[in-house]
Amino acid sequence: MSTIITSAPPASAGSKDPGHGGGVDYLNHETSIASWLLTLDHKRIGILYLVAMSAMFVLGGFYASLIRAELITPKGDLMSSDFYNKSFTAHGVIMVFFVLIPLVPASLGNFMLPLMIGAKDVAFPRLNLISWYVYMIGAGFTLVALIGGGVDSGWTFYTPLSTTYLNSNVLLTATGLFILGFSSILTGLNFIVTIHRMRCPGMDWFRMPLFVWALYATSVIQLLGTPVIAITLALVGVERLLGVGIFDPRLGGDPILYQHLFWFYSHPAVYIMILPPLGVTNELISTFSRKPIFGYSMMAGASLAIAIFSFIVWAHHMFTSGLSPYAAMFFSLLTFSVAIPSGIKVFTWLATLFRGSISFDSPMLYAYGFIGLFTIGGMTGLFLSTLGTDIHFHDTYFVVAHFHYVMVGGAIVGFMGGLHFIWPKMFGRMYPEFPARMSAILIFVGFNLTFFPQFLVGYLGMPRRYHEYPDEFQVLNVFSSAGATVLGVGYLLPLLYLPWSVFFGEKAGRNPWGATTLDWTHTESPPTPHNFEETPVVTGEPYKYDTLFNKESALAGH
Amino acid sequence: MWDFPIWPESASTVAPSVEALYLFIVALNIGITALVFGLLVLFSVLYYRRADDQVPPQYHGSMLLEIGWTAIPTVICLIVFAWGVKVYAELVVPPADAMDVYIVGRQWMWKAQYPGGQREINALHAVVGKPVKLTITSEDVLHSFSIPAFRVKSDAVPGRYTTLWFQPTQVGVYHIFCTEYCGTEHSRMIGKITVMEEADYQKWLSEKAELGDAVQGRKLFAKLQCVTCHAGESQARAPSLEEIHMKRIPLSFDKGSPVAPGATVLADENYLRESIRYPSAKIAAGYQYPSIMPAYDESLVSEDEMFQLIAYIKSLKKGQTPARNEHTTTPTALGAPAGRP
Ligand code: HEM
Ligand SMILES: [Cu+2]
Repeated sequence: MSTIITSAPPASAGSKDPGHGGGVDYLNHETSIASWLLTLDHKRIGILYLVAMSAMFVLGGFYASLIRAELITPKGDLMSSDFYNKSFTAHGVIMVFFVLIPLVPASLGNFMLPLMIGAKDVAFPRLNLISWYVYMIGAGFTLVALIGGGVDSGWTFYTPLSTTYLNSNVLLTATGLFILGFSSILTGLNFIVTIHRMRCPGMDWFRMPLFVWALYATSVIQLLGTPVIAITLALVGVERLLGVGIFDPRLGGDPILYQHLFWFYSHPAVYIMILPPLGVTNELISTFSRKPIFGYSMMAGASLAIAIFSFIVWAHHMFTSGLSPYAAMFFSLLTFSVAIPSGIKVFTWLATLFRGSISFDSPMLYAYGFIGLFTIGGMTGLFLSTLGTDIHFHDTYFVVAHFHYVMVGGAIVGFMGGLHFIWPKMFGRMYPEFPARMSAILIFVGFNLTFFPQFLVGYLGMPRRYHEYPDEFQVLNVFSSAGATVLGVGYLLPLLYLPWSVFFGEKAGRNPWGATTLDWTHTESPPTPHNFEETPVVTGEPYKYDTLFNKESALAGH
Repeated sequence: MWDFPIWPESASTVAPSVEALYLFIVALNIGITALVFGLLVLFSVLYYRRADDQVPPQYHGSMLLEIGWTAIPTVICLIVFAWGVKVYAELVVPPADAMDVYIVGRQWMWKAQYPGGQREINALHAVVGKPVKLTITSEDVLHSFSIPAFRVKSDAVPGRYTTLWFQPTQVGVYHIFCTEYCGTEHSRMIGKITVMEEADYQKWLSEKAELGDAVQGRKLFAKLQCVTCHAGESQARAPSLEEIHMKRIPLSFDKGSPVAPGATVLADENYLRESIRYPSAKIAAGYQYPSIMPAYDESLVSEDEMFQLIAYIKSLKKGQTPARNEHTTTPTALGAPAGRP
């Protein structure tokens, strides 16, 4: 591990060092259960989300293991088709809506945003707590639906299957997701107001850390997009319950309309999942190479560009649905417009690393994994945005591999990097470095073993959501299931050593990584209940490493 | 165990075009991924942290580089896009002489109807070198008809027709998959397409011979009383349907009919189907709204019968509308029976 820098802020952020404030921090100033469940502290709410989402992640992972076990053999010999269908639906619903979409903003975002902009809390602390309860209520409904019989519509709820043909718990699940949507909308709203109104003196827009920019862009999508999915799910309910013809052609509706509405939200939603981890990666790359992010404003702009463009490409999920060929061409062209800012980000990180001072602490290993997997995920998006090839790939395992590369390889790995990064800030303790590196490596290797074969089997034509498949696809499926085991071990390790380290880890100083943003330079580890004893004043850019050491050795005297 | 395929068969005229584009994108993927991974490794080796208090030179950006790595990917994307459109055009525009086959998907099977009236379930037969055009619909939920070896796919959407075409280039048997999740037995909604030489195909057709689709459609036309109004004369109560297929029809926009003034519609299969199921959706100019024609829903005309009616309307030439109370039909009286293989 690198030096533990325990003292002074860089000159650029010129506020007085508050010192080690007598041992009172946000974790120990109150410890009752009620003090957690009724807390208005953004840091504690971040941890509440972290616990809830970890539980959901384990559950979603359990369903994934059922799927991979069934697919080891071509015949459906482990479970019935209905149960298989319910398993992949449960896996998708839990992972997409309860893990990936809220993952980084609700946990790391809640914890870091006020610290990064020098604020004492988010703009609406009560609303923040309500958002968590709304999340829990939504999760409750959905879990009841899943446990009380399950639902087999797929996470996409395509009509008219979901509205008139299935007799599983579609309504209950949709209700859960409808409620959950409000959690997302309220968090987005809260963050937007926080970023506009709560920045400390001197923190102009272009002095904000890039993670804050990413959260801002994400919040805009959450606020504008989520109502559309809420309304769409409500319409599914209306058709299912009252038989009003909206999506079922037998009742006079249009099933393609559903797809337009669904993807109008769900394409931007994939950027809700990936933008915050992209932002986290900026912090990691900068900190662990001690370089300012190359082309800061381009990076901030790319986040906003992605947020805006993400709203105009939805029909690329519908190229085979009988869309007019002209519309298909139009949406194909627009889809490339999101690919470009994503590419820019990768090049920008490489340029940042150039002539840096690179250290390989585990958060950085995750950041490397993120760049690698996101690059493969994004590049394979080219096959899917290109009309001539997507017709063949659509709804095959190729698409499954593509989106796992970006959503698991990208979003989850980015999240893991961020989590390890802020862990010492969160709990004031270091996690053990060796298992953390092991886990980063196992996840990278296991991930590729699991999902790379799926590109190949998708290219061969294996459709997604198949309970049984022709024999010639077996070998690749066996590779995939074997890889999933390695991946599973990679995820289990942090579930063991992270909680352990909360109690037994080595004590961390306030700035173990030598980072330069306010959350590290101006707060204790763990922070005091109100973050900053004195409101910090910012006088320069967020990433400034040249003053870090001169200043420090002068002040700290070692 | 190591002799599994990683390359799908390539058995239609469009497959090599898709393949070429695919390989081009694969090359781009490998090139750019190798560049990114290569630089990551190189920079890690060159610039790992030597001393704990090492502070590297602080660069903030370079306009030239930033423009470069925006512009170059943009150009690459435009090339891929344009190539993609070119291949897509091959995929969606069927040749004029393609043979029509009608496909109805339902939970959980594919039904095929040939012009000669032959029918199959979860199977299809085609001739090497002869283009086939599938017109596809569904009786219940969404399905998707896909033949990976031909690189073609099209969703089966209830309430409308979609199309797909291919020209096989190799004798053989290939998978048909349903690729749109459709409920419990989605993964069993599969079939085989057998590509044969012309002679074998003719033999197969004759073994399965039945009355052709158009002939069956003609019977329905009489049985369902269509002919009572669509009598083919100028003073009839409904428009003549002779040679209507693929004509532009001016629409009526007055008296509450839900179309814009001056609108026309192309009388393709989707329009013909809609006019039978929902006669008031579009009213031809000169007729009243709402339509006096009864709506023929699924209880009167199933999706299979719908295809027969449409096959008949497509085959209907000038002056061939049958007499109103004709009872016997001989296929030869039809002039151009659609039973062409
Ligand atoms: C960077 C450039 C990207 C491009 C060009 C791209 C392109 C596409 C296209 C065209 C599809 C539709 C494929 C089909 O169904 O036939 C697709 C599917 C998908 N992509 Fe991406 N994508 C990109 C990045 C991402 C990212 C960053 C995420 C998520 C974090 C993502 C998540 C998904 C998901 C979830 C699906 C499939 C949803 C489903 O059908 O269940 N993609 N992508
Ligand atoms: Cu998308």
